[in-house]
Amino acid sequence: MGVRVVKPGMATTIQDIGRPGYYRVGIPPSGSLDQYSSLAANLLVGNDDAAAVLECTYLGPQLHFEAPTVVAVTGANLPPLLNGEGRPTWESFAVAEGDVLSFDYLEGGARAYIAVSGGFDVPQVLGSRSTYTLGSMGGVEGRVLAEGDWIDTGDTEGATPGRVVPGSLRTEHPKHREIRVMMGLFDHRLTPSGRQTFLGTEWRLTPVADRTGFRYQGAELEFEERDPPFGAGSDPSNIVDAPYPIGSIQVPGGIEPIVLHRDAVSGGGYVMVATVIGADMDLVGQSAPNNTTRFIEVDLDTALEARHDRFKRIEELRMAVAS
Amino acid sequence: MSEGSKARYSLGGDDHIFVELDNEMSLTANFKAMAITTVLEQTQIPGLIDICPANASYQVRFDPLQVPPRDLLAELQRIEGEVGDATAFDLDTTIVEVPVLYNDPWTNETLLRFRSHHQDPDATDLEYAARINGFDSVDSFIEAHSGAPWFTSMVGFVAGLPFLFQMVPREKQLQVPKYLRPRTDTPKQTIGYGGCFTAIYSVRGAGGYQLFGITPGPIYDPTQQHPDFEDFMVFFKPGTIAKFEPIDRAMYDKYSAQVEAKEFRFKQRPVKFSLGEFQADPDAYNAALLEVLHGS
Repeated sequence: MGVRVVKPGMATTIQDIGRPGYYRVGIPPSGSLDQYSSLAANLLVGNDDAAAVLECTYLGPQLHFEAPTVVAVTGANLPPLLNGEGRPTWESFAVAEGDVLSFDYLEGGARAYIAVSGGFDVPQVLGSRSTYTLGSMGGVEGRVLAEGDWIDTGDTEGATPGRVVPGSLRTEHPKHREIRVMMGLFDHRLTPSGRQTFLGTEWRLTPVADRTGFRYQGAELEFEERDPPFGAGSDPSNIVDAPYPIGSIQVPGGIEPIVLHRDAVSGGGYVMVATVIGADMDLVGQSAPNNTTRFIEVDLDTALEARHDRFKRIEELRMAVAS
Repeated sequence: MSEGSKARYSLGGDDHIFVELDNEMSLTANFKAMAITTVLEQTQIPGLIDICPANASYQVRFDPLQVPPRDLLAELQRIEGEVGDATAFDLDTTIVEVPVLYNDPWTNETLLRFRSHHQDPDATDLEYAARINGFDSVDSFIEAHSGAPWFTSMVGFVAGLPFLFQMVPREKQLQVPKYLRPRTDTPKQTIGYGGCFTAIYSVRGAGGYQLFGITPGPIYDPTQQHPDFEDFMVFFKPGTIAKFEPIDRAMYDKYSAQVEAKEFRFKQRPVKFSLGEFQADPDAYNAALLEVLHGS
């Protein structure tokens, strides 16, 4: 069983819950940028949490199914079409042998997730099927999908069409987002005015936004003057090359903050001033160019509470889809 | 924390702790990062996801639902105190000989394409680096670069890319700024230089380091087809010690044919590294390391 890629979409890759444990040699966690939506898609078609899905950025693929199965599309508002006929998002539906799944234009968000019953089956690399294109690893030959690719799919046992994620548990896609961050890392290198600018600016996402990082525009941040330490480099935004946390926000040259995501470069020589809290990384993944963002400072306890809230929401999702 | 510690602890969101051991680069700071992360790996603390030693810092990614961030932070400070200046810590690692064709045609072609990004458009990167470090010729600069061994102080940026710091006193460190603007292209296996670090580009791609030469040996092999990659797809680990061996074109072609036939292996030997012994007499210690490499 499997699907043939008729058209690949813009940057469609196979992703799952990721490949933790190898960041020390520069291999990032990878996996779906919006883990909540990716999980919802898997639950809708009766899959394990770790099954692989397709992550579709901005533009959906066209897929030819060579066996009957059950499919679900979640995440961005990317309307599915089965043989040209509309199908719902956040709801599983049946697909027959020979059916073609395609998509209408994106109506909100940035990344849609397609789950197929049994999961997309490619060889695991270091315990994950996730594609990491910079390292030519995982997915289909370590790259984005291409026209003509064949992808095996697993058994469809236990899958039923018509399972639904209730409206209250679906991700919304506003054009403006408030992303919670914890200040820290090298934020002491900002002047008080630089810090105020960072937290006070309405940042606009540029088209330079991919699985590695999301680059924003809006203001220039001021750094404290200093004598460069040995090995750091002369620009005030330089540091001795250091690890980059997933979600960390670096500001090369004081302009254009970059939020690193799950295909992060694992380290480098630019000052980082804050980190997006774990619970809000899915939101970053759904940001599209020209969307605006304000970074809201929170403390550790608020961040942990948000993490607990997200887990409660996931439990509700499991219950709602199972019933 | 140990007495006189320069360490700075910071949370990176609710699931990372970042520790800057020193704001300047030194083998001491790097080795401390190696020692602390090695001790941390041996603890049975649940919820640790990624432990990343780096040049003068390290980072831990963890699941805060399994280990409370404040508890982990206190534990890291306790380990720092236990490790102290790390001179009593021995690192089991390997020493490897990396053959390099300096001044090769491929990186020369690349650097000529990006002259407008460079501080000195009329010189090659090696000529520029030799001049600003006070060497009278490119050859004497290459001699310094390939003389003393290098310590892998960090692996990252992209998969399998080592940052190497030369095992010489501060006054002998080579320093070269990065390109004014990054290039969009760098050949795979380029020997690059930026700040006080040599980097070996594991994959083809963008980069801002000065281009000195190229090694025929692959250092990253995601499909694990070459003999050095039977166990893992990344060759350089944090702590790997490298000695650059200048080679000529004939030797480069010979090694490349071996790579093509999937028969190439780097010359390497297991070795124990002690910071305390190194600091006591760097020249003698480096000579002993090279004896391990070249011994039978």
